[in-house]
Amino acid sequence: MKDRYLELVSKYTPKENILKNAVVTFLAGGILGTLCELLLRGYMMWFSLSRSESGVMVILTLIVISSILTALGVFDYCVSKLKSALIIPITGFAHSITSAALEYRKEGLVLGIGANIFKLAGSVIVFGIVSVYVFGIIRLLIMGG
Amino acid sequence: MTTKFNNVYIDECYTIASIYEKDGPISDYFDLIYDKDFYYGCDTFEKAEEKMLSNSISKLINRAKVIDSDVDYVISGDLENQIASSNYAMRDFNIPFLGIYSACATFGQGLLLGANLIEGKRANKIIVATSSHNMVAEKQFRNPTEYGAPKKKSTTWTATGAASMLLTNRKKRIKITSATAGIVQDKGIKDVNNMGAVMAIAAADTIKRHLSDLKIKADYYDLILTGDLGIYGKNILIDYLKDSGIDLSKNYDDCGLILYDIKKQPVYAGASGPVCSALVLCSYILKEMERGKYQKVLIVPTGAVFNSTKVFQKDSIPSIAHAIGLEVIN
Repeated sequence: MKDRYLELVSKYTPKENILKNAVVTFLAGGILGTLCELLLRGYMMWFSLSRSESGVMVILTLIVISSILTALGVFDYCVSKLKSALIIPITGFAHSITSAALEYRKEGLVLGIGANIFKLAGSVIVFGIVSVYVFGIIRLLIMGG
Repeated sequence: MTTKFNNVYIDECYTIASIYEKDGPISDYFDLIYDKDFYYGCDTFEKAEEKMLSNSISKLINRAKVIDSDVDYVISGDLENQIASSNYAMRDFNIPFLGIYSACATFGQGLLLGANLIEGKRANKIIVATSSHNMVAEKQFRNPTEYGAPKKKSTTWTATGAASMLLTNRKKRIKITSATAGIVQDKGIKDVNNMGAVMAIAAADTIKRHLSDLKIKADYYDLILTGDLGIYGKNILIDYLKDSGIDLSKNYDDCGLILYDIKKQPVYAGASGPVCSALVLCSYILKEMERGKYQKVLIVPTGAVFNSTKVFQKDSIPSIAHAIGLEVIN
């Protein structure tokens, strides 16, 4: 028999609105992607860059903007409205690094910022590198490089 | 175990609150509101919390017209590692200090210990204090303060402020009549974003034992208050105690829902933190008791006594609640 208390917990605990969050994320993420594509074309046109060079510029632009918004204290508010649309792209990665750097600045450059800046982003980097190796090896075995 | 007291009174209180508390429904009751930012004139959040606590104690001492040596003990605790705000704030005073920790039930534990020391004639005057700071708690238990991750609806919002109360053996208007110490409860819940569900069981157990030890019904009190269960924890508690024949539907509320207006403020399920119940008690409740709105009040601060390392090791979250009975003397 299930515990009466746990029954009440599941009865009263509010359900997260997964569908609504997913739709918001999809739309906001899609709009962000579209804007980035426009910016990518813009950089190619204005600075006569290749597509891949222009892509790097777009990523840098996103990193700078999200870091500045984090420092101004508005990025967390944007996330509460736009959900994971801002967390999953590179903006979320930059945000996690900037927010950690801001937080630990008062504890010094080495033991504060240095030791804590990758507090949230560290696992993204570790598993990013590990998965690059894994998929690289799979690609080598199947496609020969 | 429930202890009855005959000789313990509340002398004076002093409360300091911050931005979110100012926007809440009981902001007129606070002694001091600092709403410029979360720094309280300091350069870190940790120092801000320490200074708030220190200020609330020194202003209480001034208000009660006593000096350091009149006070036998200060009993205080907070959420920071090694209860740093309390330990560091007490550098400013020449008063014997007892640091305690029951997470958000700390103020309840302080009142229970203070009342016992006074009743046992080991002390005449004791200050019980606590503090919490939203940003300090975020950093300590969650993510960097500026980090924005989508939050669950059942999340509670740590209140920012400090509250202190002077207990005395001299007769005053409001008396501490009884106290029930909590027993640590654990129903196996592991969700740190659903503290109401974690703690409601502790409140239920303590309220049940308090009422049966004193052989009274819930309607003996004009008001029963839990600390920081939030709206969902409150509903769980009401429904759960109904099965034990305890009716909380009429005279029960939660401090987390009194301190903030969850319909208007972006605080999810309500307020939390050790200062949540302390702010509500030391401002709104005591003033309304003096004005005659309430005669008898039972306050049950609730705490999730968890540890971040244990949470990451997938252990469930224990909780505790201490009950304190208050009465207006005519």
